[in-house]
Amino acid sequence: MYAGVMKDKSSVNRLVLENVSHSYGAVAVLNHLSLVVNPGEIVVLVGPSGCGKTTILNLLSGHIEPMSGSIQREGVIRTVYQHDGLFPWLTVLENISIGLRSLKDATQREKELRELLELIHLEGFEHHYPHQLSGGMKQRVELARVLAGDSDILLMDEPFSALDYQTRLRMRHELVRLLKERPRTVVFVTHDIEEAAQLADRVLVLSNRPATISHELQINAQRPRDLTDNAVIEAMTAILKELGLQTSDRNDV
Amino acid sequence: MIKPKTSESQLASVAMRKGSATLRFLLPVIVILCVLLLWFFISYINLFPAYALPSPVAVLKSFKEEMLAGRLVNDIIASLWRVAVGFVIAATFGIPVGLWLGQHLYAKQAFVPMLNFFRFLSPLAWIPFAILWFHIGDKPAIFLLFMATFFPLALATMSAVATIPSIYFRVAKDYNYKGIELLTKVTFPAVLPQVITALRVSYGIAWVVIVAAEMVGCQDGLGYGIWEARNGLRLDSAVCYMIVIGVLGMGIDRLLAQLTKLPNVRWGYER
Ligand SMILES: Nc1ncnc2c1ncn2[C@@H]1O[C@H](COP(=O)(O)OP(=O)(O)OP(=O)(O)O)[C@@H](O)[C@H]1O
Ligand SMILES: [Mg+2]
Repeated sequence: MYAGVMKDKSSVNRLVLENVSHSYGAVAVLNHLSLVVNPGEIVVLVGPSGCGKTTILNLLSGHIEPMSGSIQREGVIRTVYQHDGLFPWLTVLENISIGLRSLKDATQREKELRELLELIHLEGFEHHYPHQLSGGMKQRVELARVLAGDSDILLMDEPFSALDYQTRLRMRHELVRLLKERPRTVVFVTHDIEEAAQLADRVLVLSNRPATISHELQINAQRPRDLTDNAVIEAMTAILKELGLQTSDRNDV
Repeated sequence: MIKPKTSESQLASVAMRKGSATLRFLLPVIVILCVLLLWFFISYINLFPAYALPSPVAVLKSFKEEMLAGRLVNDIIASLWRVAVGFVIAATFGIPVGLWLGQHLYAKQAFVPMLNFFRFLSPLAWIPFAILWFHIGDKPAIFLLFMATFFPLALATMSAVATIPSIYFRVAKDYNYKGIELLTKVTFPAVLPQVITALRVSYGIAWVVIVAAEMVGCQDGLGYGIWEARNGLRLDSAVCYMIVIGVLGMGIDRLLAQLTKLPNVRWGYER
């Protein structure tokens, strides 16, 4: 996956969509969309349901090919799914070790595994199977798996949306903490505006189908950010306004 | 406040489902005793002549006789051997064929009608061919067992592959699983719970078929034992063989059921 020895530093871990259009049959989903994700950046995509967010992630991961336009991706890309992305026939430890498949040295792999297990606070559950875990625990295992080894870019498609509210809040902090330990480039899709405001370096608000970027918002505040931080509230207000959901704009609707 | 309530009702429903351990043991024993009593009673009042309905005592006697003569044990071993060989051959071919068909649409479309045809063709219909091709002995019986179990196993495995959630293959692609590794590390474990169920079902078929197969194609075995008892008008011995067949069949199914307790297939049964 690596570009090779001549790796140009500025292009490492960079994701670029250039003028990408895509449609399913008669349904035009993306229309001349351009997007650059910089190394180490956390980009959050928000937008109405069915506007094409999952499609963008599928294009970024190479799961589907665009009908027109070009995509550049460098580095190892991994995806966190909304739920059920773990193999149910493998234990927690075995599921995480899938992320270390390229690591050949057994002792080093063992060490990595222990470290990851500790990182997600699931010591004592290493031999449990996914069906024996709560939703939050399962998503933590998913995070450990994508963070394992040599991954560079993480694509997350509503990874916490199947969880209850409090677990979701906790998982956000968890993600921020994990990314502090192991920095990655992240493209994160969510419906949750709080989540976007707490996690993102940059929020992209997408329009209705065919999706274009209707608004771009840079958030410079340090992470971890609390829900009640000014920066978070400001960002939320801006996003809500953009989506036409802010009360002060009620008479516009 | 809510927590103890839910756990209590959960406990109650678990108790409902499992019942008490003593009852679970006692209830079937009572039913079996009732059936035995009924049998005793019917043979006691001579509703049927003794040669047509042997009494429990006569069956017990013939059981002792067959044991002492060593014939029963010999027949049990012969039948178990044939079922084991036929079943293992069917599984070693049937499961991989099912996996392959499940992953290749055109192969599936091409072969499914044929496989279905043979599945619905009673294996006993092959008896004339079995004897013509393999004469008398283990081989025709094993052939019949293969014909009886290969098709349901292959078809069940194939349909199981079709039910694998696509997300597993997406994850597999993310982590570069390809070819034979994809098959053994993703596809196969994903269908294993259903394959185990299919194994149990087709073992049931095999155990039914062996009796018929041995009646015509063998010189020993449990089916042959019944056939010989009939020829000698020794229905007491026939009943004794019937009981052995039933009990052994159940016992082996219990053994196969242990496969569902393997930790890496439990997920398939807990939904
Ligand atoms: N495989 C497919 N075949 C046909 N149409 C599809 C397919 N996948 C998605 N679509 C259509 O493309 C559009 C965008 O889908 P996509 O899944 O990208 O939306 P989304 O933004 O992720 O929505 P949500 O927020 O509800 O997850 C939808 O209208 C959907 O009907
Ligand atoms: Mg989606």
